[in-house]
Amino acid sequence: MPTARAADGASAWRRTTRAQDLLRWFAWLLLAALFVFSWNVMTKDTIWAFVRDAPAQAADIGGRMMPPRWSYIVQLSRPLWDTLSIATLGTLLAILLAVPVAFLAARNTTPSVMFVRPVALLIIVATRSINSLIWALLLVTVLGPGVLAGIIAIGLRSIGFVGKLLYEAIEEIDHAQVEAVVATGAAPAQVIDYAIVPQILPAFAGISVFRWDINIRESSVVGLVGAGGIGLNLEASLNTLAWSQVSLILLAILGTVLFSEWVSAKVRHAII
Amino acid sequence: MLRIEGLVKRYRTGDIALDGVDLVVPAGEVVGLIGPSGAGKSTLIRCVNRLVEPTAGTIHLGELDVTALSRRDLRRARRRMGMIFQEFALVERLTVMENVLSGRLGYVAFWRSFLRRFSAADVRGAFATLDRVGLLDHVDKRADALSGGQRQRVGIARALLQGPDLLLIDEPTASLDPKTSRQIMRLITELCAERQLAAVVNIHDVALAQLFLKRIVGLRAGVLVYDGPSEGLTPEVLTRIYGEEDWTRTHGDADADDDAARATGPRPELIRAV
Repeated sequence: MPTARAADGASAWRRTTRAQDLLRWFAWLLLAALFVFSWNVMTKDTIWAFVRDAPAQAADIGGRMMPPRWSYIVQLSRPLWDTLSIATLGTLLAILLAVPVAFLAARNTTPSVMFVRPVALLIIVATRSINSLIWALLLVTVLGPGVLAGIIAIGLRSIGFVGKLLYEAIEEIDHAQVEAVVATGAAPAQVIDYAIVPQILPAFAGISVFRWDINIRESSVVGLVGAGGIGLNLEASLNTLAWSQVSLILLAILGTVLFSEWVSAKVRHAII
Repeated sequence: MLRIEGLVKRYRTGDIALDGVDLVVPAGEVVGLIGPSGAGKSTLIRCVNRLVEPTAGTIHLGELDVTALSRRDLRRARRRMGMIFQEFALVERLTVMENVLSGRLGYVAFWRSFLRRFSAADVRGAFATLDRVGLLDHVDKRADALSGGQRQRVGIARALLQGPDLLLIDEPTASLDPKTSRQIMRLITELCAERQLAAVVNIHDVALAQLFLKRIVGLRAGVLVYDGPSEGLTPEVLTRIYGEEDWTRTHGDADADDDAARATGPRPELIRAV
C-alpha cells in the first residue's frame, strides 16, 4: 500500500511498503554474508607464501621477456598467416552453415514451428555451448593436427553465434514488407529474396564481421592443442621457457587483433 | 469483377471479424469501405487475396473461386489482385525500380528475379507506370529516400505492374497529409477509370471518401450496414455505421477521432508467417 494518509490528511506516497523495505535490507545482508563465505572458501587452499612472492616472480618473467627476440618474426610470418586463414575460412564455413539454420529457426520463416524449429534451435545451442578449444581438441584427435582441424573447430563454434543473432534479426523484420511481396503472387523463395534478405542484410554483415573479429582471437589459441596457427609457436616457446619469443608472439597477436578491429569498423561503417 | 458471398472470418481467439458479408464490385467501380476501427475492414480485403484465410463463404474474381484454390493456383490468382498499403509497405532498402518490378514476381522465374534480369517488356512497363505516377526522376533512389506521397506512388506503381483486374487498397491516405491524400485518391480513381479496374478502398476519412468515391459500403462489427451512394451518408447512416456522435458538426471533431483510431498499434491479425 504505497499510498497512505499522513497525519494532516494529505496523501503520502512511498515507492515501497515497510515490509518491502525490510525484505530488501535482508536480501542485501544475505548477499554480504554470501560474499564473506565465498571469500573464505576461495582462499582456503591458497599458499600465501607464493602470493607474497608473486610480484617478484612477475618482475622476473617480465625481465626475461624484454627485449622481445625480434629476429623470431621471420619464423612467425607463416603461422600468423595460418591464424588469419583459420579465422577467415572458419567464419565462412560457419556462415555457410548458419544461414539455412537461422531461416529454419526463425519463427516467421521456419517450415514447421513444432518440428523443424526445435531441431534448428538445438543445433544453435549445441554448437554454442562447446568452446572452440574443446572442439579443436576433439578434432585434432579425429583429423590429426593441423590447420584443417582449426578451421572446422572455429566454424562449428561460430554456427551457433551467427545462427542465433541472424534468426533474431529475421524475427524482427517488418512484416508489412513481406505481406506486400506475398500479395504480388511471389513464390516463397522470391519472398525471401525480395522482402526478407534486404531487411536483414545490414545485420548479417555486422554479425559476420563481428564473428570474424572474435575468431581471430580464438584461432590464435587453438594452436595450443595442435590445431595450427600461431598458438603452436606459443606452446613451443612456453615449453622451452623462451620468454623473449613469447613476448614477441603476444605482440604479434595484439597487432593482428588491432588490424581486424580496423577492418571490421570499416566494413560496418560501409554497410550502415 | 469481384463477388463476395456470405464471407465469415473467425480468428483463433474466437473473435468474429466478419459475419456474413455479401459484396459485388463490377469492373471499373471503386468502392469505399468505411467503418470504425476493428469493424473488419482490413480483414475483409485481406480475405480477398487470402493473406487472411476466410472461415466460410466464397469469393469470386471473375469466374475464379479464390477460396477453393491450392497454394500454387492462389499465387497465380494473386497476380490479378494488386494491393496498396497504409504504410506503403515498400521494401525500404531496395530501389524504386526494384520495388516496382517486384509487382512482376508472380510472372518471373526465381533465377531471373534473383539476378534482377527482368524481361525488356517488364522493364518498359515499369518505366511507363513510373511515368504515369510521376516518379520517372526517382527510378534509382532507394525507397527510404522518398517522401510519403512519393512512396505511395511507388506502391501504386507496383500494384499496377501486376496487370491486375482488382485493386485492394488498405487506408491509402492514412499516413499522408491532406493535400497529398487528395492527390493520391485522385490518382487511384483516375487509374481505375482508365484501366477499368474494380477496387475496394478502406478509408477512415469520410469526407475524403465522399469527395472521390461514388459508392460507399459501411461495415460495423463484421456486418454490412450500408451500401449505397456517397450522398446517402446522412447523420442517421453514419450513426448506424460508427455509433452515436454529433454528425451535423463538420470536420474538426471528426479528425480528432480519426487520429485516435490511427494511434492503435500493429494489429495481431496481420502478423503471420510467410
